[in-house]
Amino acid sequence: MDKKISRHEWKSNLLPALVMAGPVTLVLVFLVAVPLVYVGVMSFCSIDEYYNVVFKFSTENYVRLLNADYLKIYGQSLAMAFITTVLCILVGYPFSYLIARTKSKRKTLLYMLVIIPFWTNSLIRIYGWRTFLGTNGWLNGLLQFLHLTGEPVDFLFRQGTTVLGMVYCLIPFMILPLYTAIEKLDGSLLEASADLGARPFATFFQVILPLTSSGIFSGSIMVFIPCLGYFFVADILGGGNSDVIGNLIERQFQSGNNWPLGAALSIILIVMTLVLVKLYQKVGGDMDNLGV
Amino acid sequence: MGHIVEIEGVNKIYGKNHVVRDLNLTVEEGEFLTLLGSSGCGKTTTLRMIAGFEEPSTGSIKVEGESIEEKEPFERNVNTVFQSYALFPHKTIFDNIAYGLKMKKVPKAEIHERVMEMMELVQLGGFEKRYPTQLSGGQKQRVAIARALINRPRVLLLDEPLGALDLKLRKQMQLELKRLQRKLNITFIYVTHDQEEALTMSDRIAIMHDGVLDQLGTPTEIYEQPKTKFVATFIGETNTFDGCVSAIDGTDITVNLENGAVAGSGSGFSILEFLTVSVRPEKMKFSMEPVEGFSLRAKVKDFVYVGNVIKCIASLPNGNEVRIERLAGEELPEAGSRIFLYWEREDAVLIHNRDHLMFQMLENISLT
Repeated sequence: MDKKISRHEWKSNLLPALVMAGPVTLVLVFLVAVPLVYVGVMSFCSIDEYYNVVFKFSTENYVRLLNADYLKIYGQSLAMAFITTVLCILVGYPFSYLIARTKSKRKTLLYMLVIIPFWTNSLIRIYGWRTFLGTNGWLNGLLQFLHLTGEPVDFLFRQGTTVLGMVYCLIPFMILPLYTAIEKLDGSLLEASADLGARPFATFFQVILPLTSSGIFSGSIMVFIPCLGYFFVADILGGGNSDVIGNLIERQFQSGNNWPLGAALSIILIVMTLVLVKLYQKVGGDMDNLGV
Repeated sequence: MGHIVEIEGVNKIYGKNHVVRDLNLTVEEGEFLTLLGSSGCGKTTTLRMIAGFEEPSTGSIKVEGESIEEKEPFERNVNTVFQSYALFPHKTIFDNIAYGLKMKKVPKAEIHERVMEMMELVQLGGFEKRYPTQLSGGQKQRVAIARALINRPRVLLLDEPLGALDLKLRKQMQLELKRLQRKLNITFIYVTHDQEEALTMSDRIAIMHDGVLDQLGTPTEIYEQPKTKFVATFIGETNTFDGCVSAIDGTDITVNLENGAVAGSGSGFSILEFLTVSVRPEKMKFSMEPVEGFSLRAKVKDFVYVGNVIKCIASLPNGNEVRIERLAGEELPEAGSRIFLYWEREDAVLIHNRDHLMFQMLENISLT
């Protein structure tokens, strides 16, 4: 392939190349690469007493972030992301199986049940949950009406509530890849398994699960990663008791007004994400399934 | 020999589609039975009902004398070789073949021994660690057969198992399947649309057409005494003439066709009945002079050479074509000559015409 491209050829290819690849390159450079580099550079800066960014190299931010308080929140965030992912698998798998294997017209309806909330702004939906779960909310009203509780139950501002909100927001990201994987499953394999004497339970663990594991992997990665950053869910439903990494970042950029520290936190989140994606590739995940 | 599979009055209806109609079929133990028909004739549905993947809308299916309606597919002593092979892509060849035994909780050592033995039998020794995607079509087919046979089923169901293979491999696998079936003495129920395959391999053939079992018999019976026009034309080449019985003298029957009269022999026909006369191309005779009992004239149009066989095509006055087949070197008319067609009475097969019933019905309606 060491064919030399002549000067003339190069010139005649330049215009179409610019027209076709130019706009997307510009978008990527100015909206992705430049901000990323800016955040990277800023994470090594510091602030003066008036909260102005001082462009002087220091690793101070990263050292600060290794503090036990921060580490506790990373751990908490990872744990919550893990639980959310597991719950999404447990709830999403049967539902995806149902959609993928239903032959009737209900298939579209079931599919829409996932898609339509997905199109609605998640902030609004999370506020909906808050109204529903609050001490004056519908759920408490119902419980009291049925005399199951005397006092209103405080559902909000618990880690469990945040996880519930995360599962609710992110479950479409689990269901869609699972649906694709289960739909691809060849029905004759299930018949073959039954034909060879496998009970439904054995067929599930021997055939269905191994052949749809790619969907579980890609769904998990697509739930786990956003879970680390969904600060508004933790804010609205967790009320500061269940912070995720996203909350720390948000706080440094907003109320904390410490952009370099926020940038360093962002870099840590990006690194975590990259490590997870790398792990995903290691176990044989297909990058196309992540939509990248 | 006993009846291993008994199908009684089975119908299968999907919505508005009546796929299998009033099917009665008994399969003998140890025989190679083929369900033959063009696509959509209900043969695969019949097989799937025996396998338990579909339930009959009405009627009953018994295997080894026991009704199978109540049994789930995994409880039956029947195994299937699927058209698409349906090998588990994430399992090695060894694990694919061992699957049935593992499900039955057979001891590991015995599984190993039986899988190895089975792999030798289907000539796949040394492939145990490979995955299905690493095999050729013919090899996958062998794995599918081995995976089913290792369970020692009483009945093996095969759904067009050779459909995806090329012609040469298919011929080879046909003989191999027949060899396996004789060696293991298992009842095979085989579905195909390939009449040659059916004739080569089967002990008996059941020909299905539009969900109806048209004829059940040995390959020779089916070839020589087709009972319906469909069977006659579906199996091998034949010339068919639609006509009406004009005279009966004992077993000698004279039939009036559109283009002239011909003769045949048979019983159970009545005068003025509509029927079809079927004569195989190799049984057709010709003469330059009229022959007694026949008045069918034709003009020789063309010759086709197929190796050692020469096919002569002649056209009747109404434009229909007739084929005459001769071995190379035998006498044939000259191209363009006018000939008289005839045949030995016993070489013509007279077939009751289903349309006949329709005509009768129409007559009855017009009379009343």
